[in-house]
Amino acid sequence: MTILHPRHRSALVFLACLALFTIGVTVAAHFGLVSTSFVKTLGKTLCLCLAALAMDLIWGYAGILSLGHMAFFALGGYMIGMWLMYARTEEIVIASLANGGLPATPEEISQGIATQIFGVVGASYLPAIWSFAYSLPLQLALVVAVPGLLALVFGWLAFRSRVTGVYLSILTQAMTLALALYLFQNDSGLRGNNGLSGLQNLPGITAGQDTVSLWFFWASALALALAYVALHAIVSGKFGSVIRAIRDDEARVRFLGYSVEGYKLFVFTLTAVICALAGALYYPQAGIINPAELAPIASIYLAVWVAIGGRGRLYGAVIGAALVSLLSSWFTGGRVPSIPLGFATINWVDWWQVLLGLTFVGVTLFAPKGIGGLFDHFTGSHPPDRKGAPLGPDDGSLREREAEA
Amino acid sequence: MSALLEVSGVTVSFDGFRAINNLTFAIGAAELRAIIGPNGAGKSTFMDIVTGKTRPDSGSVTFGERPVSLLKLSEAQIARAGIGRKFQRPTVFEDQTVQENLTLALKAGRGPLAVLRWRKSAADEARVAELAGQVGLGDSLTKKAGILSHGQKQWLEIAMLLAQEPRLLLVDEPAAGMTLAEREKTTELLVEIAKTRAVVVVEHDMDFVRRLSCKVTVLHEGAVLAEGSLDHVTRNQSVIDVYLGRG
Repeated sequence: MTILHPRHRSALVFLACLALFTIGVTVAAHFGLVSTSFVKTLGKTLCLCLAALAMDLIWGYAGILSLGHMAFFALGGYMIGMWLMYARTEEIVIASLANGGLPATPEEISQGIATQIFGVVGASYLPAIWSFAYSLPLQLALVVAVPGLLALVFGWLAFRSRVTGVYLSILTQAMTLALALYLFQNDSGLRGNNGLSGLQNLPGITAGQDTVSLWFFWASALALALAYVALHAIVSGKFGSVIRAIRDDEARVRFLGYSVEGYKLFVFTLTAVICALAGALYYPQAGIINPAELAPIASIYLAVWVAIGGRGRLYGAVIGAALVSLLSSWFTGGRVPSIPLGFATINWVDWWQVLLGLTFVGVTLFAPKGIGGLFDHFTGSHPPDRKGAPLGPDDGSLREREAEA
Repeated sequence: MSALLEVSGVTVSFDGFRAINNLTFAIGAAELRAIIGPNGAGKSTFMDIVTGKTRPDSGSVTFGERPVSLLKLSEAQIARAGIGRKFQRPTVFEDQTVQENLTLALKAGRGPLAVLRWRKSAADEARVAELAGQVGLGDSLTKKAGILSHGQKQWLEIAMLLAQEPRLLLVDEPAAGMTLAEREKTTELLVEIAKTRAVVVVEHDMDFVRRLSCKVTVLHEGAVLAEGSLDHVTRNQSVIDVYLGRG
């Protein structure tokens, strides 16, 4: 199997587009054509595309409509945020204690850090879950481990009981809501509704935000490219064949000897980890994370992006996430002119949600393949809708070319 | 001859209705067996029990030389133990090509990690082509299963069963929706397969059963009513009363 095989064409085109985009933005930033905040927006968008890739794997390919994957995304952000906040506060505390003349004791430093971070919620000691926050490698391990374990346990319980379809979607919504409500509490150990802030300041880095924003932009682009290649390899092989079969007829897959529950759990956990990594790259660019990020609506948005972009094809998910989230930040940014209708005014900050909702309904009804389906028109590959009818009276008769493909 | 599959004293009730009532059944390692019976006789429930879809209330189901109880295994584990099932309606993966369908069924590691590592070997490719050829789909390998005709889908499913290399095949109404020529071909194939493994065919069509010329088990109200050659059971007065007489 060569890399130039037609089935890999979409992946190569995608990588080329991503590379061009990354170079273009870098050059534009170098000459000051785009602002630092816009570079951050683009970098964050790439992270959302990464989460959408994961969503496409679990929904578009495996047919599991999880409406809780942004919880894993936010958890990844919290895990990296703990280190960022701890290490940054440590720097500040050491610097301020050094002004006192005497070298600070470790107790004084840790006390100072705890007061700095937890003063807002009226506590002055570090909760046990911050035990590893001093170490970047340990906290990076937690970025994978915490959402991964949560997904593993949740998925095991749900799939083992053969919860499917809309019931599973509701369960995942309940999961992300429960987690958000828990994190909103001040004694959750993650600063309640204040969340973690100042995440854009990298400890020990003196470079300005204009440089740091580009680093994160590149890292996000690299992560997206690597994930795309890995997921493309997964879905174009036998594994992809198995999970698409599970999507279409899971009982039949069981009778072929595949453990359907095992596959669902595997995909659920894998996509949760991908979302967590995306979140760990996203929140240092956003600068702040709070429990509102785990609101059920966030995960629903993720599903809407994938649906609009086109389920069951990786580039569709990326296109949907990029287009809708960029449009969303444009419309809600307040810079789109309002439309006066005489009796009322369409203010896009409010009406964007309505437009998005109508688009979602429209896409679902009239273009179930989403934007990605447009590419089929260019490549001329229309699936024949023969409802299982035979191709023709006999082998010698005229046949539809696409049905033979 | 020791039995490959032994079902003894199995009873299943659905909301008080006894779908299977103290059923006892056995089949050897290389045997063809037809199961007939009127609607509601428990034919499908019998298959559901053997393949793990339905759990019996009592009784035992064992499989293999060193008998393993199937009652504690999941559907997937039972399939891996060597029991293949063909459904009445053709159930192939319509969105995937004939090749992909057969590759899915091909005997190989079934775990997620084993499947991730799996790479198609020349032998696999040859085996897929051979199976497709055997059922007359040799030149349709790259076609999506969804565009095949009804009969072709039935054939594809039979080929998928063979790709699994099961030791016992449960085949539910294989001839449904097939033309006469296709039926004859199916008969030949089933007889051929049964030389090396056990095949249980559930069928309504008496002519089809007659062509199989094998031992017949008649089910009625969830229990075995008669067993023997087709001529033997069709002469049985109680079989005539409950089943044949009505036709």
